[in-house]
Amino acid sequence: MEYVIIVIGAVLIKNILLAEYLGCCPFMGTSKKMNTAVGMGLAVIFVLTAATAVTYPIHHHIFTRFGLEYLQTITFILVIAALVQFVEMFLKKAIPALYQSLGIFLPLITTNCAVLGVAILCIRRDYSFVESIVFAFSSAAGFTLALVLLAGIRERLIIADVPKPLQGTAIGLITGGLMALAFFGFSGVDGSLNALVQQ
Amino acid sequence: MSIFKEFTKGLWQELPPFRLVLGLCPVLAVTKSATNGLGMGLAVIFVLTWSNILVSALRKVIPRKVRIASYIVIIATFVVIVEMATQAFFYPVYEALGIFIPLIVVNCVILGRAEAFASKNGVVASALDGLGIGAGFTMSLVVLGGLRELIGAGTLFDVEIMSAAYRSHSFSFMLEAPGAFICLGVLLAIMNAVSAPSSS
Repeated sequence: MEYVIIVIGAVLIKNILLAEYLGCCPFMGTSKKMNTAVGMGLAVIFVLTAATAVTYPIHHHIFTRFGLEYLQTITFILVIAALVQFVEMFLKKAIPALYQSLGIFLPLITTNCAVLGVAILCIRRDYSFVESIVFAFSSAAGFTLALVLLAGIRERLIIADVPKPLQGTAIGLITGGLMALAFFGFSGVDGSLNALVQQ
Repeated sequence: MSIFKEFTKGLWQELPPFRLVLGLCPVLAVTKSATNGLGMGLAVIFVLTWSNILVSALRKVIPRKVRIASYIVIIATFVVIVEMATQAFFYPVYEALGIFIPLIVVNCVILGRAEAFASKNGVVASALDGLGIGAGFTMSLVVLGGLRELIGAGTLFDVEIMSAAYRSHSFSFMLEAPGAFICLGVLLAIMNAVSAPSSS
């Protein structure tokens, strides 16, 4: 049951994009077209889950054992960069069809702060390994949900008559803000679920 | 004069979060108050200037193929220094900025300047470029943070500006994520309107 709470928390209540402000650059950059948004979202789900699965054992089995916690930032970013390279090479060989659709998004993900951010959040919140994986996967799913929703709106916005200074990123940001406001409606759901479990 | 220009271009022509829509996450996340914005800005100035200096000094040594990885290591080194320094000397700032201090590593503004400027120019010009872009970034963070703090909490740099009646019924959504997105969008639109050529 606590996994369900983690999933709902990460997808709806504390959506990494709309409440935790992680991954805003691709949120604005890749949300102009639906195809791009779906591709980016799938690539993020894949890499984010894999990155957390790799960084978690590094932190808990190497850093804490030898007192090297200060190496966290520098190691995690290198591990993520290397992982993205491996994933790219593997997909190119093994599943060319998937590589075709995700290919161009993979290199961009290294500098997506959602990946490094979630890896560090899992450590800071003292999640267990399984909890970390569940949290990473559902965070990425929440990211994809928000990205795809925004892309849907922005495709319509192209044909709308937006005042000139607001065109492009400005209206994108305001739309994102209104979406965040809508997601605000979910706050407190985790409390109710917790209460339900306690009963 | 031309050297001076490297500094001033960051303040308006290439003002980071507005002109180049890069590094949005910290801009949205830490601008709950002007103080937090200032703290984040100073951290970015430090990392950006030093990484620019080092990248520029090593630009003939680093092989082209591994340059991005090398830049990330250089940037991450300075980020770790900032992280440890704020933890030791400015603990409240460290608490307030939280996860966004390590995330300076993936701030696209810094990697962008290393790739677009420092890898092609001399040390002095790169240092000035870093200082200028960093100063512009800080300015934007303080303006956005100040605006959100003023409307959302009725204070500015923790000094009470609005009346007590306003402060107890302020627009507190400005302090949350929706306020951040909308406020940045409106500021961006104002900047577009101001800087648009007068003929159009």
